[in-house]
Amino acid sequence: MTSPQDTVLPAVQDTVDGAAVPPGRAQPYAALGLTAEEYARIGAILGRRPTDAELAIYSVMWSEHCSYKSSRRHLRQFAEKAPPTDVLLAGIGNNAGVVDVGQGYAVTFKIESHNHPSYVEPFQGAATGVGGIVRDILAMGARPVAVMDALRFGPAGAADTHRVLPGVVGGISFYGNCLGLPNIGGELAFDPCYAGNPLVNALCVGVLRHDDLKLAAATGPGNQVILFGSRTGPDGIGGASVLASASFGGAGEGAKRPSVQVGDPFMEKLLIECCLELYRAGLVVGIQDLGAAGVACATTELAAGGGTGMRVRLDAVPLRDASLGPAEILMSESQERMMAIVTPENVGAFLAICARWDVPATVIGEVTGTGRLEMTWHGEQVVDIPPGTAADEGPLYARPASRPAGQDALIAAGPAGLARPASGAELRADLLLLLGSPEGGDKTWVTEQYDRYVRGDTVLAMPHDAGLLRIDEETGLGVALATDGNGRFCQLDPYAGTQLALAEAYRNVAVTGARPLAVTNCLNFGSPEDPAVMWQFTEAVRGLADGCLQLGVPVTGGNVSFYNQTGGTAIQPTPVVGVLGVHDDVRHRVRSGFSEPGASIVVLGETRPEYGGSLWAWLRHGHLGGRPPAVDLEAERALAGVLTDAAARDLVVAAHDVSDGGLATALAESCLAGGTGCTVTPPPDAASFLFSESAARAVVAVRPAAAAELASLCAQAGVPATVIGETGGSALEVAGLFSVPLAELAEVHRAALPALFG
Amino acid sequence: MTARIGVVTFPGSLDDRDARRAVERGGAQPVELWHDDASLRGVDAVILPGGFSYGDYLRCGAIARFSPVMGEIIPAAAKGLPVLGICNGFQILCEAHLLPGALTRNAGLRFVTRDITIRIENATSAWTRSYLPGQDISVVLKSGEGAYVADQETIAKLEANGQVLARYASNPNGSAGDIAGVVSEAGNVAGLMPHPEHAVEDLTGPSADGLGFFTSVLQAVAVS
Repeated sequence: MTSPQDTVLPAVQDTVDGAAVPPGRAQPYAALGLTAEEYARIGAILGRRPTDAELAIYSVMWSEHCSYKSSRRHLRQFAEKAPPTDVLLAGIGNNAGVVDVGQGYAVTFKIESHNHPSYVEPFQGAATGVGGIVRDILAMGARPVAVMDALRFGPAGAADTHRVLPGVVGGISFYGNCLGLPNIGGELAFDPCYAGNPLVNALCVGVLRHDDLKLAAATGPGNQVILFGSRTGPDGIGGASVLASASFGGAGEGAKRPSVQVGDPFMEKLLIECCLELYRAGLVVGIQDLGAAGVACATTELAAGGGTGMRVRLDAVPLRDASLGPAEILMSESQERMMAIVTPENVGAFLAICARWDVPATVIGEVTGTGRLEMTWHGEQVVDIPPGTAADEGPLYARPASRPAGQDALIAAGPAGLARPASGAELRADLLLLLGSPEGGDKTWVTEQYDRYVRGDTVLAMPHDAGLLRIDEETGLGVALATDGNGRFCQLDPYAGTQLALAEAYRNVAVTGARPLAVTNCLNFGSPEDPAVMWQFTEAVRGLADGCLQLGVPVTGGNVSFYNQTGGTAIQPTPVVGVLGVHDDVRHRVRSGFSEPGASIVVLGETRPEYGGSLWAWLRHGHLGGRPPAVDLEAERALAGVLTDAAARDLVVAAHDVSDGGLATALAESCLAGGTGCTVTPPPDAASFLFSESAARAVVAVRPAAAAELASLCAQAGVPATVIGETGGSALEVAGLFSVPLAELAEVHRAALPALFG
Repeated sequence: MTARIGVVTFPGSLDDRDARRAVERGGAQPVELWHDDASLRGVDAVILPGGFSYGDYLRCGAIARFSPVMGEIIPAAAKGLPVLGICNGFQILCEAHLLPGALTRNAGLRFVTRDITIRIENATSAWTRSYLPGQDISVVLKSGEGAYVADQETIAKLEANGQVLARYASNPNGSAGDIAGVVSEAGNVAGLMPHPEHAVEDLTGPSADGLGFFTSVLQAVAVS
């Protein structure tokens, strides 16, 4: 008797015993992304050549994507320079960081890239990016409660952007909406540098009680290993090693299409509810999601995390494609799968809950005390390795880094010589240019495709500066989240540019009235094998670590995406920084729109003529050069303090961050968001007043009765506060220079994306 | 006695939690109903919430319509049980032939989330009697397959009978006759594409206008 599966087995499996017999045989390590040195190191660890299955494990676990081999020695700074804090319940190295937000609640959040798959197959690439990060959050024991996405594409008018952008947005919409998670914000940017390497960074946030925290550790010899969720298919084999850890060549991308996974949000929704019920029932000893590197990653990390061993029957893994062999099963990145460690007496109850949710679940192995990860295939041993060597002790590279040859020239070619608008007509035209551009235009075309209401706790979402979620209906406790990045600033100065991204996200959280608490990051860069890129990376990491230390907000985790380059051309260094803040009572949240007349408009912070890397310089002159705006983190900290206090005391009726596109853009957005105009009086340098991108600034609207209290709050904190005008009317008027009716402003602003994407 | 209103959870239901909260804010006691249980647990009314029941990989609502709980709801509705289907729930009620017509792909072919205004056309149904006839309310639309369609004869009959429950002020998805919701001839089974349960408090919704659906049914239950 033979089962159908037996009939398609390869004639001879590569077993551990067979691999120990000399002489060795040639193995395709290079095609799997390993160097000759790395391959030799595997042999040294095992004392023999690896079996095909073992080679599969090491190749994916030692890929850049999984092992952080080029970045790890730099990322250590996040721990070394961590500010003193007592809010971290779980830090870097876990599936996601966990932060204490008070009242017994904790929040876990993380941002991750899915850049390469989203270029090859935009819809599924972006969809599975959402699915992957949601499982990371779920694996910490939390209920996922919202997603965000930071997107960057090539020129908005380029033909390929019209293939990639609608697909990516459609994929996020499809997956997130079907999953029932509100999408509460993110970013959308365009630049030619992303034409062949769009950035799709997805963030998820989850909420748990302190006691609910789960860790990825296989403890307790005799405990059972259960794989549950979707069956395993041939999709995404080698996604981590072949796709995410290499640059795109010039050839067609069709050959890489099988490396992209296909998502089933319905199964993920069932997995979420199923996992949460399993947690409530106390049936889970340890848990890990299956993302990059699939079963290989989950088994090695669980075993290494528990300091134990594990024995796994690979032939017990339920398959969608019966022809898959051990190596393929190990490398498959089929979506919507989780792996749990369960005590033998609880297996029945565990499987019953899975059945209630129609989630297939299979016992595939058990925890052992041997310290070895062993796997069999129809009785033959095909894997026998120390799990830590794959999970934690991968290669570590000190890649050479050197300041790019053109960096000095780039900085020297500053914006000082650019013709600035002076007349009312010129200033007006430049405002409309910015507001009507894909970069500065209304993002509703994208955000309207996302459900921001589901779960009923979304207090703020797009187009506000940060997403704000209610956690507790009784007390009003909530969390705010913002992501920011600025490739132009980072191209000019990756150290300062990364700090500016951090500062902007920090500020965006504070604008809503929340207190910034913790940081996640997604570091998008070109090839680490290019010393110029490596210099950008080291500068960015140093900038972020130093900035977080100064602002007192720890990095809780993150993700590095290298090889965002086509041929020899890398993207602009684009660290995307996510900041989480806690809101003591979301009923005191501050919106960004001017919604009532007669309020004073006050600019908090100092405006200097800073145009380097600005949206104005880029859109008006196609110019990128000089230095980015000066960083003053103490000023950021003081500003955030004022914003948080002002919200708690209900002093302001609107607050909006001033960043891309300067004060002109901020004022226009506030007018449009609230449906009320304003009149402001500029100083002599009206161009800088309107278009400079000086950091550490926000614009607020304050009722006359509260003006004095706000002024005194600012004075105490040392935050410059300048009254520039008043809300009211149905136009944005810059006294003595120009006026734009709100209807015209709205038309220009709203037309930008629909004009391009239908 | 507090009215007990059941909210069904199908695999893939997403707005069940929101519907339960809205029921509570409306002054009733929410009761969780499970798709696989052929029991209504003695509730006074039922809500089929939004989401993607069973993944909606076939036609939306086509599988949910055959679930054990629907086997109980269909005969109970015929006997006058108030039933409200929101979004995916509306699709399920059409698939179950408790309401006429069908919901198809949006005219723009994209999912649309938008704060919209609808006009209450029928203020006598079990779910709308807290409103005034012709009242404009602000609620949330969020759907990819929200375009209401029916043959001309059916539309004419709905119009003539006053079975058009609510109409879009500005048609967002190509629905026939700007129809946002319809109600059965007896007035107890209602289907609505927009989401009143997302508009029950100013903090998290565009308004609290949607609460009227959840207070209306209290009157209907008290009367019957």
